[in-house]
Amino acid sequence: MREFWTSYGPLLLRSVILHLGYVLVSVAAGFVLGLALGILLSRLPKRCSAFLLPVLSIFQTIPGIVFIGLLFLKLGMVPLTVLIALGVYATFPVLKNTYTGLSQVEPRYLEAARGCGMSPGQVLLRVELPLAMPTIIGGLRLATIYTVSWAVLASMIGLGGLGDFIYQGVASNNNLLIIAGAVPAAVMAVVLGAVLDRLQKRVVPRGLEKEVRT
Amino acid sequence: MIQFEHVSKSYGRSEILHDLSFTVPDGRFLVLIGPSGCGKTTTMKMINRLLDPDSGRILLDGQDVSAMNPVELRRRIGYVIQQIGLFPNMTIEQNICVVPRLLKYEKSKCGEIARELLELVGLPYDQYARKYPNELSGGQQQRIGVLRALAASPPVVLMDEPFGALDPMTRETLQDEVKKLQKKLRKTIVFVTHDMSEALRLADIILFMNGGRIEQMAPPEQMLEQPASDLVRSFLGKHKLAESAPIRAEDFMRKNPYRVSMDRGVLECAELMARSGVDTLLVTDEDDRYLGVLPIRNIRLYGRSVDSIVPLITKEMHTVRTGDDARGAMEYLMSSGDSYVVVLNGDDTVAGIITKNSMARVVADTLWGEAQQP
Repeated sequence: MREFWTSYGPLLLRSVILHLGYVLVSVAAGFVLGLALGILLSRLPKRCSAFLLPVLSIFQTIPGIVFIGLLFLKLGMVPLTVLIALGVYATFPVLKNTYTGLSQVEPRYLEAARGCGMSPGQVLLRVELPLAMPTIIGGLRLATIYTVSWAVLASMIGLGGLGDFIYQGVASNNNLLIIAGAVPAAVMAVVLGAVLDRLQKRVVPRGLEKEVRT
Repeated sequence: MIQFEHVSKSYGRSEILHDLSFTVPDGRFLVLIGPSGCGKTTTMKMINRLLDPDSGRILLDGQDVSAMNPVELRRRIGYVIQQIGLFPNMTIEQNICVVPRLLKYEKSKCGEIARELLELVGLPYDQYARKYPNELSGGQQQRIGVLRALAASPPVVLMDEPFGALDPMTRETLQDEVKKLQKKLRKTIVFVTHDMSEALRLADIILFMNGGRIEQMAPPEQMLEQPASDLVRSFLGKHKLAESAPIRAEDFMRKNPYRVSMDRGVLECAELMARSGVDTLLVTDEDDRYLGVLPIRNIRLYGRSVDSIVPLITKEMHTVRTGDDARGAMEYLMSSGDSYVVVLNGDDTVAGIITKNSMARVVADTLWGEAQQP
């Protein structure tokens, strides 16, 4: 064990940091994009969103491995390839939950807000987004946990991360290496999930606590 | 002042409003009422441009609302919606101050407004300002809904069936509060309801709508006296004025007074009086016809010397018939000093008695509605 640690320790640490970096950057980008698109989608007439949402879901089912491969052909072996691929995948859950959250805001609140003289932007910022926030954060949580596991694919195109250990372990039939890659990834997913749970508690106003949905 | 000039509105083929024209003077309480689908809510929502008319004009203090920015217009008009609609993500204070904050009032000024308004409806600021809507009862929530509409002191307030979802007790309390607030603050209120007793209680003017037209527009008393159509009459229902006001003796009497037949013993009667807490019994013969009364005074004076109650019966009591004008009985009751008048049916059987108490109750019911009928 000690032997393993001395030979692989620094590499493992670097991989964890790189892996975490991939996750954080791509999830952040995906969150912003997903939020924006989700809001946009909710402003469209019901007919458009009823058409677009299933289409987006189909894209989501394309295996990440295929998508990363295609991007690799186009962009080459740069970290941007991984970030874009992961970012796009992180976008979906956020987008979907943003849209769902916004469309679940009860009409009476919108009527009250409009009747009070809020402009459309104010209705969105002061009423709709706060009310949809629990659902949106739920989407973010989902995206984060998925991305931790998808980031393993980065090593497929030689861009490091915890995937290096797993693939090498599989290739050389070395269980220790597989575990050394899998356990930190699992821990990372659990820890990030917990952090987001805390965040959710903080951004959800007290008045909404009884109706939290994820 | 709110003026509607030849306003029409259709959804697709169906016409919701047909050439509607009316005026609401400043400081008046207008209630819009009518069967569902009559266009009352549509009419109200046009005032703050949640809906726009197809043709015609709506003037607010002489200005055409269609020329105004709808967002700014709505900030000048209070709005209370049907299902309360307090924002659950905001505290009570934030909810009340929504419009003042949109109008960029200073923070301290907003706090002041919230404090003042909460005190106005008897909810202490320190106790309620930081609570969230879901921590309040339905009645309290709708109070806050009303306060939110009043916060920026708009001259006009629109209310869309605001108390429909509340229990009757709370509803009445809130109606009284709103009426008081309106008088005190001199607001022009446009209030939509389908509850006629609510309309009669609150309105200065009732606008009765049907099928997108005005069926009748009149103050409550006038509508009660001269309903313009059978539909209005059916809505008024039990709220009729002159014709059903009680005038006959039977309307004022208390039914089932204590009575005994003449073959009872003195002791038995004395006991019955003690048990039921009355000082007089009505005496009837075997056919239940009225013979006279047995006052406790007679038992006290002569009770020991006789066994039967027959010699103790007083026959000279004032009696009236059920169909008699009640005024005579009342005047007698007031002037004679007797504490009751016996009311007889046509066949001389006992119908009841009129006391000052029973009279007062009927008068009260007539004035303030039938609160509790025994």
